Amino acid sequence: MSLLQIENLSLSIHGAEILKQVSLSITPGQIVAVTGESGSGKSMTALAVMQLLPNGAQAQGAVRLEGQDLLNRPEAETCALRGASIGMVFQEPMTALNPVKTIGDQVMETILIHKALPLPQARERAQGVLTRVGLPPDRFPLSRYPHELSGGQRQRVVIAMAIALRPKLLIADEPTTALDVTTQAQILDLLKGLVREYGMGLLMITHDLAVVADMADQIVVMRHGEVVENGATAHLLRNMQHPYTRMLFEASGHQVSRPRATDPRPLLEVTQVTRDYRLPRKGLFGTPGHHRAVDEVSFTLNKGERLGLVGESGCGKSTLTRAIIGLEEVQSGDIRLDGQPVFSDHRPNPVVRRKMQVVFQDPYGSFNPRHRVARLITEPFHLLETPPTGSDRQDRIAEMLTAVGLGPDDAGKYIHEFSGGQRQRIAIARALIIRPELILFDEAVSALDVSVRAQILDLLAELCEAYDLTYLFISHDLSVVRTITDRVMVMQAGRIVEQGETEQVFTNPQHSYTQTLIEAAPVLPDIGMSVA
Amino acid sequence: MLRYALKRLISLLISLAVASVVIFAVIEVAPGDPASFMLGVNAQEDTLAALRAELGLDVSKAQRYFNWVGGMLVGDFGTSYTYRTPVSQMITDRMWVSLPLALYALTLSTVIAFPAGIYAAARRGKPGDLTVMGATQLGIAVPNFWFAMMLVLIFAINLRWFNAGGFAGWDKGFWTGVHSLTLPAIALALPQAAILARVMRSSLLDILGEDFMRTARAKGLSRRQALWRHGVRNALIPVLTIIGLQFSFLLAGSIIIEQVFYLPGLGRLVFQAISARDLIVVESVVMLLVFAVITVNFIVDLAYAAVDPRLRSRT
Repeated sequence: MSLLQIENLSLSIHGAEILKQVSLSITPGQIVAVTGESGSGKSMTALAVMQLLPNGAQAQGAVRLEGQDLLNRPEAETCALRGASIGMVFQEPMTALNPVKTIGDQVMETILIHKALPLPQARERAQGVLTRVGLPPDRFPLSRYPHELSGGQRQRVVIAMAIALRPKLLIADEPTTALDVTTQAQILDLLKGLVREYGMGLLMITHDLAVVADMADQIVVMRHGEVVENGATAHLLRNMQHPYTRMLFEASGHQVSRPRATDPRPLLEVTQVTRDYRLPRKGLFGTPGHHRAVDEVSFTLNKGERLGLVGESGCGKSTLTRAIIGLEEVQSGDIRLDGQPVFSDHRPNPVVRRKMQVVFQDPYGSFNPRHRVARLITEPFHLLETPPTGSDRQDRIAEMLTAVGLGPDDAGKYIHEFSGGQRQRIAIARALIIRPELILFDEAVSALDVSVRAQILDLLAELCEAYDLTYLFISHDLSVVRTITDRVMVMQAGRIVEQGETEQVFTNPQHSYTQTLIEAAPVLPDIGMSVA
Repeated sequence: MLRYALKRLISLLISLAVASVVIFAVIEVAPGDPASFMLGVNAQEDTLAALRAELGLDVSKAQRYFNWVGGMLVGDFGTSYTYRTPVSQMITDRMWVSLPLALYALTLSTVIAFPAGIYAAARRGKPGDLTVMGATQLGIAVPNFWFAMMLVLIFAINLRWFNAGGFAGWDKGFWTGVHSLTLPAIALALPQAAILARVMRSSLLDILGEDFMRTARAKGLSRRQALWRHGVRNALIPVLTIIGLQFSFLLAGSIIIEQVFYLPGLGRLVFQAISARDLIVVESVVMLLVFAVITVNFIVDLAYAAVDPRLRSRT
């Protein structure tokens, strides 16, 4: 008998149709992955099982756990099921825990709220599950607060809370999307181990096919609230029926071709750059400690070259980026663009500054919502000594919007009228409009769906051809860096531990850290590519 | 935690020192010679000089500042120009009215606002929420002296439960004192409660949208359990800030209410001292109020740390 049975589940929120006739089932010990892009309804399916739907949601059809109907239960009975029979793990470990309660209290709460055990045994159980998820109490006492843990450790706490009562079904909604590749690999291993050990069913929601390709028994592909394809993983990947599945698969491993760099001469020269941050004093009269975020980093970026920078969160990528665009001065070392220093006399050098632009990760947060697109993309004009005016300005705006695949008409619109992918195009237009010598892409495609990401990567390749771009592409996503850069640098704990031709580094990594990174990165199996 | 408290304490002392210099400077540059003001325009020059000497106005400004601060440190606030009585005595008398009144009003305001704000947030958009929000709108819009007059009309004149004004004094017993402060405290508390309830509601609504509230629900907590166990404490930070500001306001800003109820409080003292250019009294009361405000902020800072463990470790 199946553990979870979803039959013809339809869902509308305030009249808008969110899910259409969704059906899937999970047996004990089985891992079922639901995949699809944003807005496909995968998270809503999970929330419907938990009965944690937003206000105004109306569900039809049937959701059954071991034959018991979940949709039409009184709220009190559903509360008794949540946490006890169904556990759930969320995407964002940084915000999923209550910041003012200790991890011990939060894990124990799952046990105590269901009156499963008296307090002393609940404490013991909490220690037990935290140990099981890799947080033994001798190193991570129950009295720790969430802010004292890293993202991966917090996700382990969330998992401990979800499995404290050994639920029959575990739902994991993008459990590793916010984590580094090596942490992601550990968390996936943990989840797999728990499923085996406890005989739980696991419903795993993810946008990343590669994550589930070697983990799930069954894959369900969703699009616009509908299940378009559903089957055993190996079989489904080998015989993809629906064009959307094929598109997802291709987009995940999307490759672009870039033109060769012409006339290689040094453009950006970074020499022995070190950046320290002061830590709070240890005692009242103690000397403050230092954290070395960037440690004697040196590299050269040639004109027309596309350079990648990879590494995990906290490795110093962002600090280095800020130093390059002149947002912060470095303690020692030298950064030069075209032979001129980025900082002169402790001030950012405007001559250099106007030759550099940056595209950030978040297409939602990096625009002022009260300005129209024309004003947004012409912002870098203030760096110029004689900004274009009148029809010249209009022409530049039209040219740039066309170059990034939008239309000149879009100049009069506000940013909320655009999708995430379109916003990232606008961000690229904003960076390109003053024809900078160098563009920095800081995780510029990390927040995008695979199909949109593929389009943006294509756009970058086209722009490379048209504008002879030189860029530094900073990302934690190895597959993207592999296709979009000529050379790559690997950064760990503030140092560049390996650099070289991208293909060379990926096929034959020398440093052990690079090897770990590449090994941990989820990859799509080869089988699908031949079909696609 | 101890280091955090120590740091806040040091910052408190620095604030006090800076405030004392600023207050002294501002009041000293105010036009008007207290001696000639007190003696009238026809005073003889030698009588004025004698009064200046008596009031300690004949030494240098720096000397006067240090005399003033030094005196305050040992409880000597000087002598009032106009009343010829020790300022410390005047302030102590008024303080025994103003401080209990402020605390009373703040307690009432908190006791009303917390449940109202939490109730409204838990029923967002429903009739209960709309009723509370309507009432708080009214509470903010209507001036507190009008409340005061209505309270007097209903509870003092018609029902005769309370006196219409005046303060019985604490020597007649604790409850007698509380009794005579009740109407003014209610009049002061209602508008403050309205503001505080709105802050509580919006702060809690923000928290209810947080990821960890969903996590709590996924653990099996009911809506109400999640609200009380995970919501309220997180929502307290902005509320504490407002409570701190309100206490400072209640301590010094209750002058109209003191006037309506004939209460001998600090607000009236400052008002009278300013009209009489009694600089020593003004300086001392203002300094005392600054001290109270800074101390309240210090307590609020400690309360933040008690509520939020992240502040304890950040220092």
